[in-house]
Amino acid sequence: MSDESGEADRVRDEGFDDFLDAIESGEGFYLECPEGHGSLPPRRVCPHCGATDLEHVALPETGEIETYTTVHVAAPEFADDAPYVTAVADFGAVRLTGQLRELDAGELDVGTEVTVGIGESETADERVLAFRPR
Amino acid sequence: MTGVRVAGVGLTHFGKHPERTGRDLFAEASQRAFEDAGVPRADVEQLNYGNFMGELSEHQGHQGPLMAEAAGLTAPATRYESACASSGVAVREAVKDIRNGEADVTLVGGAERMNNLGTAGTTEALAIAADDLYEVRAGMTFPAAYALMARAYFDKYGGSGEDLAEIAVKNHDNALDNEFAQFQRAITVEDALDAPTIADPLGLYDACPITDGASAAVLVSDEYAEEHDLDAPVSVTGTGQGGDKMALQDRQFLARTPAAERAAEEAYDDAGIGPRDVSVAEVHDCFTIAEVLALEALDFYAPGEGIGAAARGETTRDGDRPVNLSGGLKAKGHPVGATGTSQVVEMTRLLRGDHPNSDAVPGPVGVTHNAGGTVASTTVHVLEVEE
Repeated sequence: MSDESGEADRVRDEGFDDFLDAIESGEGFYLECPEGHGSLPPRRVCPHCGATDLEHVALPETGEIETYTTVHVAAPEFADDAPYVTAVADFGAVRLTGQLRELDAGELDVGTEVTVGIGESETADERVLAFRPR
Repeated sequence: MTGVRVAGVGLTHFGKHPERTGRDLFAEASQRAFEDAGVPRADVEQLNYGNFMGELSEHQGHQGPLMAEAAGLTAPATRYESACASSGVAVREAVKDIRNGEADVTLVGGAERMNNLGTAGTTEALAIAADDLYEVRAGMTFPAAYALMARAYFDKYGGSGEDLAEIAVKNHDNALDNEFAQFQRAITVEDALDAPTIADPLGLYDACPITDGASAAVLVSDEYAEEHDLDAPVSVTGTGQGGDKMALQDRQFLARTPAAERAAEEAYDDAGIGPRDVSVAEVHDCFTIAEVLALEALDFYAPGEGIGAAARGETTRDGDRPVNLSGGLKAKGHPVGATGTSQVVEMTRLLRGDHPNSDAVPGPVGVTHNAGGTVASTTVHVLEVEE
């Protein structure tokens, strides 16, 4: 979201932006409940079983692309980014949704191994979860 | 427990009406429903109204009482918001209230105004039905979300863009004689395959249009229908609702819609029928792949087997179980908050014989399937012609 001047006006979201900070510094994590279910912050309850004691666990370095698409018609926030590739990648206990970097859709397949880091959207200069080839 | 009759139904034309307000659209649809029902407005005990993006498109919240006023009611009114399933939920709540004796006469419906936002604005407004942190910030749009599901489906079960194109062709054909439909024109498989890509593997003709429109239905108890000697041959005999994780990434399946499976099972049990008893269906085909997922969730097909149904002619108007004889969201249009009730409107007309495609209806049992978001919420209703 941006205001009339085009300046970003998004307020920092403690849980989620802490998560992005961690990914950015190479210390990505997810939340794990005693049953081993994974989820992402902000979260106080395991979405799979309802447990409330969630611990930070290191995110695996490598994930696998599970599905992807090239977005040609974007929302205004990503207007200048289009076309871009949005993908869902499986990191074991959690899946992440992010954008593909350094690879064309043609070089990508279900099962392609990727790492996750932070990229920036061209349109709004916002941080975006970014997948890169491993 | 009393039965629930559909006493009367009404729609506006679905299409581009960027200069008409939501209240004007709903006033028209409800006027038609009251004329069709022959029920006085003073007998209405509540309005259950669905709308999704009114704050964004019309700078208008608190639409319940506003729409009651537009419909000429003084009854209490509540807006239901469940993304594209908003007025499906409104119908379900009305059915529950009539059954449990809270009301004998309700007006249900919905309206959405979208074209005044333009394509980019509508894309942004629809995106808020996805998870903002996990999905929207990664650039996911609704076409993208369904594209992710389509690719996951193709990867797991097979299928092609041509299979999807057959669905678009079928639903356009069905809309040809529907005066309320946004697109009353035929397309070919080649047209669909040659169309610009929105989010691969989905092209322009795999997507429903941006639509303005409203829907309304007057629902009454069996007792009210009998006392007032109403001609109301269609009943809502089953209702179900299912939910799922908001974000695709948190779902067990990317190529199945368990929320709709649960809603269907509940609705079938409620009506005392099974999927083999269903003659005709109106399903939420916001994208062509969504019709496939709906057919499988409704248990007309096992997972992975619904993809070729249109190409095989099983869901076409001369098939064993026609699907989306109205034209569906694909060709009739998808004013999101109006859609759930509009499916009940179309099914009622199909079953009672006054729809232009009623001659294609092979039996007395119809099902409507209305999905919100990437099927994080779903309602399913069973409608039957009374003996």
